Amino acid sequence: MEKFITLTSKVVPLPIENVDTDQIIPARFLKATNKDGFGDNLFADWRYNKDGSPKADFVLNNPSFGGSILVAGKNFGSGSSREHAAWAIDGYGFKVVVSSFFADIFQNNALNNGVLPVVVSAEFLAEVFALVNTDPSVTLTINLLDQTVTNNANGKSETFAINAYKKECLVNGLDDIDYLLSKKSQIEEFEKAK
Amino acid sequence: MYKTLFDKIWDAHVVSSVENGPTQLYIDRHFCHEVTSPQAFNGLRARGLKVFRPEKTTLTADHNTPTINQDQPVNDPISRNQLDTFARNAVEFNLPLYFPLGHIKNGVVHIIGPENGFTLPGTTIVCGDSHTSTHGAFGAIAFGIGTSEVEMVLATQCVLQSRAKTMRITFNGKLATGVTAKDLALYMISKLTTGGATGYFVEYAGEAIRNLSMEERMTVCNLSIEMGARGGLIAPDQKTFDYVKGREFAPKGEEWDTKLAYWKTLKTDDNATFDKEFVFDAADIQPMITYGTNPGMGMGITDSIPTLDEVDEAGRISFQKSLEYMGFQPGEKLEGKAIDYVFLGSCTNGRIEDFRAFTAFVKGKKKSENVVVWLVPGSWMVEKQIREEGLFDILTEAGFALRQPGCSACLAMNDDKVPAGKYAVSTSNRNFEGRQGPGARTILAGPLVAAAAAISGKITDPRS
Ligand code: SF4
Repeated sequence: MEKFITLTSKVVPLPIENVDTDQIIPARFLKATNKDGFGDNLFADWRYNKDGSPKADFVLNNPSFGGSILVAGKNFGSGSSREHAAWAIDGYGFKVVVSSFFADIFQNNALNNGVLPVVVSAEFLAEVFALVNTDPSVTLTINLLDQTVTNNANGKSETFAINAYKKECLVNGLDDIDYLLSKKSQIEEFEKAK
Repeated sequence: MYKTLFDKIWDAHVVSSVENGPTQLYIDRHFCHEVTSPQAFNGLRARGLKVFRPEKTTLTADHNTPTINQDQPVNDPISRNQLDTFARNAVEFNLPLYFPLGHIKNGVVHIIGPENGFTLPGTTIVCGDSHTSTHGAFGAIAFGIGTSEVEMVLATQCVLQSRAKTMRITFNGKLATGVTAKDLALYMISKLTTGGATGYFVEYAGEAIRNLSMEERMTVCNLSIEMGARGGLIAPDQKTFDYVKGREFAPKGEEWDTKLAYWKTLKTDDNATFDKEFVFDAADIQPMITYGTNPGMGMGITDSIPTLDEVDEAGRISFQKSLEYMGFQPGEKLEGKAIDYVFLGSCTNGRIEDFRAFTAFVKGKKKSENVVVWLVPGSWMVEKQIREEGLFDILTEAGFALRQPGCSACLAMNDDKVPAGKYAVSTSNRNFEGRQGPGARTILAGPLVAAAAAISGKITDPRS
């Protein structure tokens, strides 16, 4: 996993609430047996017409917006446990998703793939949407060490919560499985005691 | 210290706690299917690891499988490759509990688990599928995980999870006739919304819950995830024990007696407190349908869609987008509206009791000529029972055909896709945009509303 410490980037705004994992990556793209190429189908049904041509009104097809931070409406990532959603977001090039609320499983899946979910207040979120709407060059800065997110257009900053263990994993580019494998003998003892 | 049911099971499975971090939780049963496991097996291979506890791993092919001609090679080469990969992984990693297409123990993962006695009270259960919450009906901590976590469980039989907050939802009183467990669940989600239980593990309690059969309890726990909960669970009782007893992989003899004595202790202490509580009256619930594109957008079948000013301001864009997709108007009534498809099946409503309820309703009537009806048993054991109990003949008489088991139109990975713009009354669990096929319009409902729609070709109150 790649290390994550700090990031300043333009944002892609998606001011829709309850964006579910079926929208992030529709089920028909789940037939793969590896993790590659999901980024091409991120938000496929919103992004492409039936004939595969891009839908002009969808934000990913609007050249004014870009960068590696996705800013989405409340309750992002609800629905299925498919990690393919996190692979699609990561594969497309997003390193951070900012929202006022995330679904549980999605949040875990994102973190396990080095994508940082950043929870901000509803006001902060609304301001980002409003500012980006008039000026797409607005940037956000995420500092994982300080756990701060700053809107560089108006200078407003908030701290965000992250589990200390997960933070350490991201900062050092480690994943959970390394940790669990180091606990093998403890697991065997637990089984015996059961 | 007074404990909730959740606390008791959780505490019994803690291997260690990471400082300032999550808990290392031991997993008793891991279910795998073909769609969310291949990348996990690739991970094991890349690290040169074995599956740590093969006998605790149950595998069934269900998501990406056809519901006709299962004895023939799968047409779509990409799907076939995924199924072949699954089979190869089962062999390479020495996993004896692998149930391929056509096997009598094959079917939707959350249906075959309980059926075969893999699902037991007091255990921890995971699967790379969010509706793993279904198994909570037995008094188990059961939750969905992502593929990275599938890999962790395969490698170590553990996951790292932060402890959920606890919520209790109590249903007092009795359900009215013609109102099913699915209606109860859709009612609850419409009250709590799709994010209302995020971060919580929910215990269901109260007279109406106690009165539910095991299969109905599975329907309720299944839908916990649709309000964002990590999972849902119900304290085990005599009904639970009777259901489990004698199933192939359930404990036997002396082991049964020991386990049973333990299972009887599995209930929330009288003085235990929950982080959040909701209380509903079961008598308030009528048959439910959804009108929008998330399961929280539900209403009584005789009600009208909310008007714009009944929706809070921040949610209006999403609300309008959703109705536009469905082709409905704010304030509209849906009863009597023509529909095109009916789907009976899925891990929510694909069990034998659902087929009994559907069949009892359509007995002696004729299927509407204007609808396509997909009846998909949740497993081969359900299929067998449908035939043995004579339901098959009644269904045939009424003009219905039976398909072969699998997830089918619940997620439409196979050919069972509802065409764009068409309306489907579906007993599955998600009405997301495109869930049942690109452009498909899903109206979630219980088996009786589905039966009534299959006969009339319209959204129909099964009580009328
Ligand atoms: S029936 Fe639907 S919800 Fe259930 S496991 Fe299959 S795809 Fe998931």
